[in-house]
Amino acid sequence: MNVTIVDYKSGNISSVINSFKEVAKDKVTIEVTSDLNKIKSSDKVVLPGQGSFKSCVDSLNKIKGLRDTLNEFALTNKKPLLGICVGLQMFANVGYEETETKGLGWISGKVSKIDNQNGKFKLPHIGWNQINIVKDSKIFKDIENNSHMYFVHSYEFVPNDKKVISATTDYSSNIVCSVEKENIFGTQFHPEKSDRIGLKMIDNFINL
Amino acid sequence: MLKNRIIPCLDVKNGRVVKGINFVDLKDAGDPVEQAKIYSDGGADEICFLDITASNENRDTIYDVVEKTSKKCFVPLTVGGGVRTVEDINKLLNCGADKVSINTAAVENSKVVVDSSKKFGSQCIVVAIDAKKNGDKWEVFTHGGRNNSGIDALEYAEQMEKNGAGELLVTSMDRDGTQVGYDIDLMSKISSKVNIPVIASGGVGNLDHLVDGIKLGKANAVLAASIFHYGKHSVKEAKDYLDSKGIPVRI
Repeated sequence: MNVTIVDYKSGNISSVINSFKEVAKDKVTIEVTSDLNKIKSSDKVVLPGQGSFKSCVDSLNKIKGLRDTLNEFALTNKKPLLGICVGLQMFANVGYEETETKGLGWISGKVSKIDNQNGKFKLPHIGWNQINIVKDSKIFKDIENNSHMYFVHSYEFVPNDKKVISATTDYSSNIVCSVEKENIFGTQFHPEKSDRIGLKMIDNFINL
Repeated sequence: MLKNRIIPCLDVKNGRVVKGINFVDLKDAGDPVEQAKIYSDGGADEICFLDITASNENRDTIYDVVEKTSKKCFVPLTVGGGVRTVEDINKLLNCGADKVSINTAAVENSKVVVDSSKKFGSQCIVVAIDAKKNGDKWEVFTHGGRNNSGIDALEYAEQMEKNGAGELLVTSMDRDGTQVGYDIDLMSKISSKVNIPVIASGGVGNLDHLVDGIKLGKANAVLAASIFHYGKHSVKEAKDYLDSKGIPVRI
């Protein structure tokens, strides 16, 4: 089996690569590439993302054919895909960071700034927060409810259909921190930086 | 609920830990990778490396340390010390650092903070403020505390938030190395002034100081070096203590 981490110059992805390689050991091949053919032929895809919604979408669009290839992978072929942080946010129709930007539109919804309640809550939301698992998700196999995960973000994904939400976290309000829609998975937190529990989640995704 | 973070800091010089944990079962007490692993296994919420390498020819040693550590530690890794340019930041991030802290360069050329936060995202840009009290205000020092910029620390903190810093690492020069506790007044004033997280640093001598940094200093995270060195306290002990004082921590 091979898992491809999409390298579309979306910022720092070395931690994502390190964590997947740590979990995969020699059982699974981890590719890091933007090569369309390699993405097409892989069994699973990881879509990381750092920086702003707009900068990630722009970088994605810069690679000719990448958007179509990802659409085909996730929507037509329905193969497992995991979006991390802005990678998850890009599932939305639209994001409002910097300026209004169209997302991939895989899960209907928007990405908007976390309400800091007039400065009561600091942004970015940085650090370890507990996740409230609201739906049985395969990526949470053997992960206890209220486990701590590492977050760093100022924007949140607000899906229209609440049924896609698999976990939330409490910061100013109930922030969506994990989604699952058929073969499409996403986490707002960083499993690659969330210690053993994060690695377990990565293991769950690899073993889907 | 978001937890308060405990961040052990290791001083690294020429690729070696200067003051470290002195555990009997440690194969190589000077190896930063092994020390960082002990901290992360012990429940550290993040790891911080401060590169204090003086000579330019040895500056590359930190890249190797970061690269090796990031393959073994799966908690956030912050690296600071001698970071001058956007390219320096780029190199550290590519080696596996999750955040880079900028000190002198942020004072001398605020464009570094503006440009790097735009390029890599605010989440990985930490501005380190070394502040020393002068009368009723605090002034920002550079070059490892050697030069006084004369800049007001509170105004500077606000400016750095505007420039795109994702966090502020505030060190009291008066308290650093004294083990008498954080400068609570400084921490709480800066923390109230900005809307980004503040990491308190400088002066920790016992576990109550960590409690004070969060409760009184309003810091979101506490950084400490010497109390974790030589096994005086483990990260686990620190977390249990904070928990017993009603401070939310990840246990």
